[in-house]
Amino acid sequence: MKPINKISSVLTPLERKNVDTDQIISKEFLKRIERTGFGKYLFYHWRFHADGTPIEEFVLNDPRFNDSEILVAQENFGCGSSREHAPWAILDYGFRVVIAPSYADIFYNNCVKNGILPIRLKDQEVNDLIDKGQRQEFKLEINLEDQTVTGQDGTRYEFDIDPYWKEMLLKGWDEIALTFQYDSYIAAYEEKQRQAN
Amino acid sequence: MAKTIIEKIWEQHIVFEEQGKPDLLYIDLHLLHEVTSPQAFEGLRLNGRKVRRPDLCFATMDHNVPTRNRETITDPISRKQIKTLQDNCDEFGVPLAGINHPDQGIVHVIGPELGLTQPGKTIVCGDSHTSTHGAFGALAFGIGTSEVEHVLSTQTLWQSKPKTMEVRIDGKLGFGVSSKDVILAIISKFGIDMGTGHIMEYTGEAIRGLSMEERMTICNMSIEAGARAGLISPDETTVEYLRGRRHVPEGEAFEKEAARWLALATDEGAQYDTSVTIHADEISPFVTWGTNPSMGSGIAERVPSAADYDKQSDKDALKQALAYMHLEEGTPLSSIDIQHVFIGSCTNARLGDLRAASEIIKGKKVHPSVTAIVVPGSETVKRAAEQEGLDRVFLEAGFEWRETGCSMCLAMNEDSVPAGERCASTSNRNFEGRQGAGSMTHLVSPVMAAAAAIEGHLTDVRNYMEEPVPSA
Repeated sequence: MKPINKISSVLTPLERKNVDTDQIISKEFLKRIERTGFGKYLFYHWRFHADGTPIEEFVLNDPRFNDSEILVAQENFGCGSSREHAPWAILDYGFRVVIAPSYADIFYNNCVKNGILPIRLKDQEVNDLIDKGQRQEFKLEINLEDQTVTGQDGTRYEFDIDPYWKEMLLKGWDEIALTFQYDSYIAAYEEKQRQAN
Repeated sequence: MAKTIIEKIWEQHIVFEEQGKPDLLYIDLHLLHEVTSPQAFEGLRLNGRKVRRPDLCFATMDHNVPTRNRETITDPISRKQIKTLQDNCDEFGVPLAGINHPDQGIVHVIGPELGLTQPGKTIVCGDSHTSTHGAFGALAFGIGTSEVEHVLSTQTLWQSKPKTMEVRIDGKLGFGVSSKDVILAIISKFGIDMGTGHIMEYTGEAIRGLSMEERMTICNMSIEAGARAGLISPDETTVEYLRGRRHVPEGEAFEKEAARWLALATDEGAQYDTSVTIHADEISPFVTWGTNPSMGSGIAERVPSAADYDKQSDKDALKQALAYMHLEEGTPLSSIDIQHVFIGSCTNARLGDLRAASEIIKGKKVHPSVTAIVVPGSETVKRAAEQEGLDRVFLEAGFEWRETGCSMCLAMNEDSVPAGERCASTSNRNFEGRQGAGSMTHLVSPVMAAAAAIEGHLTDVRNYMEEPVPSA
């Protein structure tokens, strides 16, 4: 997993709440057995008409956001299916940070395990960012170490994150390798279970 | 100190705990299917890792399997995904009920059926509807593929302890009300993210009166309420369901287990972080009209209007949903025509669901403008239903009777609803395009689906039932 700390980029405003993982990556693209190559299918049915031509008014089709690494959306982002293909698609498309007031639990975990930083800001703060991002190309600086988001107009937002997930994102840990260090505890637990039965 | 079942199971499974860290939890049962596992097995191979406890894993194929002409999967990518699971299970020694196995079925139907699902277990699967198994008083939750790989390698997961929430349903369910209506009503009343960061326990008189199958329907859709998991404390109904199942002990050993299971139930006076209550009287046969499962109402209601909401974001969400659903504000729900009926999915494709729907459809005909299919939840359900002659009832009415799988719930196989057409569906999600690009889904119970099939529009199933005469 690629470590993440500072990201500086224009934000992409997605003014929708309850964005579900079926929209992020539709089921017809879940048949691949690889982790890569999902970016071109991100928000597929919001991005493209049935004939494959782009839907002009959808925000990802606005060339101003082509190099954006920060996606900003409204509450309960990533609800629904546990498909990790959703964060794989987000990452493969080029986003490293998502900002929203709240996330579905499984989606949040899936982001962290793939080096995507999911930031929680207050409702009003998110709506302000979406508003600014819609009016002009609006640049943000993300600093995970300091837990801050700073807008190009100098507005600074602070966010909370579980210290364990923060460390994992900053270091780009392989969580399984980490857990192997607790092998003696796992073996002891299994032994206790065996004796109880 | 009085404890909830959630706290009891959690504490029993802590392998390692330290201040400022999530707990390392042991996982008792890991269910796998073809869609969310290939990248996890590939990760093991790339790192030279093995499956720590293949004996605690169980795999099946459900999401991607055809429900007819099983021998020939025409889509080469689907075929490859199914073959990959077969190969992975062979290589790593994981038990598998493959596509032609007599136990094959939807993973959340076969786990309980085989007795793999038991009270007090921690159960995970790379599938959000793993919450289904909570009906047994198990702590069961969906995980992503990275976590699947983690569980395969270590049989554990790092988990921060979620908050607890009691969802109490007081009173007795009314005439014609199914457990599907209960969960849809709860999500509609308290919101699509009511359970975020929580494990919910369903309690109350209405829950105690439900069969295990009905309880599974409710727990199944805990994820639609945003909950990490949803469960129900075990009782005699739970014990009797499990008695005699293949993976539970027999005789004395079973009685001992049963006593342990019953002791897991939430203690009198235990505290939850949050409690919500709904009364059974508030719940009538339900349908959804929007693009998430909280957008639903009783069948006698109308599609809401923007004026019914205070928040601008709710008004916007309504507008977006109705634009997708091609519906107008204020439309009576019972006037909405449907072209498809799907009875199936991990929510509502068990024997009891099929029996209930068949009672409604018996001797009637599917409306000429409707295509209706029944997809039993497992091979076991299918065999049992055929033994009772339910297949004949459905076929004679004009339904198709298919092989098992997830099918039209998410339309990963060829079973899908065409763009611009509506489906009354017993599944769990009505997201945009869920049943096919441009398709429109109305979530209902099996009996409501059966009634819609007859009339060609959403309708109140109570018109097809005889109200029992109250005893004096």
